[in-house]
Amino acid sequence: MSPVSITSSRAIYDALKASGVRLMSALPETWLVHLIRMAEEDPEMTLVRLAKEEEGVGISAGAHLAGVKSAMLMQNHGFLASINGIVSCAQLYQIPLLMLISYRGEFGERDPWQTAGGGVTEDVLRALRIPFSSLDRADQVAPRIAKAQTLALSANKPVALLLCRDLMWEDA
Amino acid sequence: MTRIDALKAIYASLEERIVVTIMGAVAAELQSLGHRPNFFYLQHAMGLASSMGLGIALVKPERQVIVFDGDGSILMNLGGLTTLARYRPRNLVHVIFDNESLLSVGGFPTATATGSDLAGIAAAAGIPRTETVTTLAAFTRAFDEALAAGDLTTIVAKVEAVGPSAYVTDLSLLENRFQFSRSLRS
Repeated sequence: MSPVSITSSRAIYDALKASGVRLMSALPETWLVHLIRMAEEDPEMTLVRLAKEEEGVGISAGAHLAGVKSAMLMQNHGFLASINGIVSCAQLYQIPLLMLISYRGEFGERDPWQTAGGGVTEDVLRALRIPFSSLDRADQVAPRIAKAQTLALSANKPVALLLCRDLMWEDA
Repeated sequence: MTRIDALKAIYASLEERIVVTIMGAVAAELQSLGHRPNFFYLQHAMGLASSMGLGIALVKPERQVIVFDGDGSILMNLGGLTTLARYRPRNLVHVIFDNESLLSVGGFPTATATGSDLAGIAAAAGIPRTETVTTLAAFTRAFDEALAAGDLTTIVAKVEAVGPSAYVTDLSLLENRFQFSRSLRS
């Protein structure tokens, strides 16, 4: 049994649904497994599994222009791999993106290969002037997802929520 | 075949359909034939026009979506062909104008100039209908057949490496974006 928190994943999923999200793009990563399964099992959700995270920027942009709210599920390395799309599609064209980024490589990380990306994630978000907030406690999940969605739509810009170890991993 | 002649030949079919193009010559040439509110020109983010088309096609299954891609752009998002194939939007026609070069930055050859076969790659990715065409008559026939087939199609149209004299048009990017979105939502 994976120690990824089903309870927290459910809270995140329910908050995304409550904020109107009806399409999710995702590239599987350990912390996202339950969220992806929940999207797959929900007949009201369109799940798009990607080959590379940057595709999700285009898919979300298309969905938004057609009037459908979406969210992107990715690891922070997927965010790093998506930067040109974020800048020269979403920011250039003022398109909202709701990015849920699993924040690997922070305190408590055991996998050496995650640590370089973990060390630059927040600096890169700041450099791109992407408003972001961390989710590390269950009671933050619903209000912060709702507020992130509100800002993305009012400002027509990408926003990010960092899914942290203390929220996602049960033996953190 | 030139790209502008190919666009002219099918322009009437585009009028009521959702169109997404890549940047550069395709965008400028389609605008020169007549901009419409249902046309969107992704003037950067190379590779993502096909992904935008997928996003639109999935949430607007009752509308046909046409993506005008290029060899340089699709080579930046070959993985996206596997995503297109996986979800197989039957309302999406994906046209790749293949001039075997990065024309707008000086005409440097792309890998299709040395034999990489985009229709073969698309077919191997799982796109159900694929074809390479080299003449205007074949392109027009392939495009009309794709519209009638009602299935995901990638058409690779081999075109000459010639383009417009200028790439910047008087349509602002944000004007295009908001007009297009209003058109899709109406």
